Amino acid sequence: MTTRTNAIEAAGLRKSYGGLQVLAGVDLTVPEGTVYALLGPNGAGKTTTVRILTTLLDADAGAARVAGYGIRRDAARVRASIGVTGQFSAVDELLTGRENPRLMAGLAHLDRRRARAVVGHLLERFGLADAAGRRAGANSGGMRRRLDLAMTLVAAPRLIFLDEPTTGLAPRSRRDLWGNVRELVADGVTVFLTTQYLEEADQLADRIGVLDGGRLVAESTAAELKRLVPGATSS
Amino acid sequence: MGAGLPGAPAGDRGDYLTFITPGILVMTVASVSIGTAVLVATDMTNGIIDRFRTMAIARSSVLTGHVLGAMIQTAHALAVALGAAFLLGLHTAASVTQWLGLAGLLALLSFAMTWFTVALGLAGPDPETASDLPMIFVLLPFVGSGFVPVESMPSGLRGFAEHQPFTPVMDACRGLLAGSPSGADTLGALGWCAVIGVGGHLWSRRLYRTRAAK
Repeated sequence: MTTRTNAIEAAGLRKSYGGLQVLAGVDLTVPEGTVYALLGPNGAGKTTTVRILTTLLDADAGAARVAGYGIRRDAARVRASIGVTGQFSAVDELLTGRENPRLMAGLAHLDRRRARAVVGHLLERFGLADAAGRRAGANSGGMRRRLDLAMTLVAAPRLIFLDEPTTGLAPRSRRDLWGNVRELVADGVTVFLTTQYLEEADQLADRIGVLDGGRLVAESTAAELKRLVPGATSS
Repeated sequence: MGAGLPGAPAGDRGDYLTFITPGILVMTVASVSIGTAVLVATDMTNGIIDRFRTMAIARSSVLTGHVLGAMIQTAHALAVALGAAFLLGLHTAASVTQWLGLAGLLALLSFAMTWFTVALGLAGPDPETASDLPMIFVLLPFVGSGFVPVESMPSGLRGFAEHQPFTPVMDACRGLLAGSPSGADTLGALGWCAVIGVGGHLWSRRLYRTRAAK
C-alpha cells in the first residue's frame, strides 16, 4: 500500500491504562499538505493519540502509517520525518534562545554553516531575535512556545504534530502562533494539531475531528461542524 | 587522629590520612552520582526528553550524555579531594603506572556508579525521591574498609563490610596508593564495577524505554 498522498493513516487505535480505556478505536486519514485538528475536552485522548502517532507510546491495538512508514516497524524512519511540539515546554531552560535550536541542528547533522543560517532565519521569523542571547527559562510563555516550534522546524520536517500549541497562552501570543502555523501550511507542511478550542480548529484546520471519550464522534470541515452543532460558534 | 581507633595503624596523623584517603575518594565518586540521579529525574519531568524521543537519534544518548558529564565532574571532584589530601600531608609510594591504575579504577567506578544512579533517577517517581537511595552509597564506605580496618569490626558488621562492593575498591585504591597493589583486591574491584555498571546500564535502558510508555 502506497501512502504518497496521505501523511497520516490510522485504523482502530486503542489504548488503555490499567482498566481505563483512553482510546476506543480511532481511525484517521490526513492528506499531505493539509491541516487536521483533533478537537476535544481534557481527557478525551488527544495527547494519547499524538503520543502513539509520534512513536512515544505503543497502541494496544490498531495500526498507523505516518509519513508513509509503519509506526511500529519503521519507528526510526517516522521519527526522521516528523517534528513534534508537545504540550509541555520542550526547551532546555539553561541554554539560550539560540543554543536550543543549535542543539537541534547538531542532532539533525546539519553542517555548521547551514545550522547557523537555518537557526538565524528561524529566530528572525518567530520574532525571537531578542531572546537569542537569553536563557530560555527567562522567556515568557508565548516566546517559549515559539522557540519550541522553531526547534521543531530546524530539521525541516514535512509533517508536524502540535499538541495543544496555544493552551495557556495570552490571546495575542495565540494569534502570533496561528500566524506561524499558517506560514508553515503555505510552505506545504502537513500539520496535525490538537486543541480544546473550536475557534482554533476553525481558524487553522481543513478538517476537524471531534474526539470524546476516546472515540471520534464527528469529523468534517469547520463549516459543516458548526452547522451540525447549533450554537457552537467560534466566539 | 587515628591512633586512638581500635586496630587502627598506630602512628601519626599522616598514616591515618593515608588510610582514609581511598574512602574519601570513593565517597567523592558516590556524591557526584547522587547529583546525577537528581538530574536524570528532573529531566524526566521535562518535555525535552519527549522531544529527543521523537527525533531520529539513539534512544540512550541522553543517558550516555549524563554518564559522561558525571564522569567529567567526578574527575574534577577527585582532583580537588586528592589535592586536599596532599596539602594535609598524604604520602604515597605509587609509581606512575600505579597512579594511572588508580585513575583508571576510579574512572571505572564512576562509570559504573553513574549508570546505576541513572537507573535510580529513572526509577524514582520524582527528583525529590531520586536522591534518597543513592545517599546510601555515600555512607557505604563507613561500613566497609573506608575509615577503620574491617578486622576491628564486630563480627556481624565485619561480615557485611568484607563482602560489600566498596571494600575491595577501597582496598585496591589503598594498595595502589601505597605502591603495593593487591591482585585479589584489584580483581574484586574490577568485578564489582563490571557488575554494577552492566547491571545499571541494562536497567537504565529498560526503564527509559518503559517510562516512554506513560
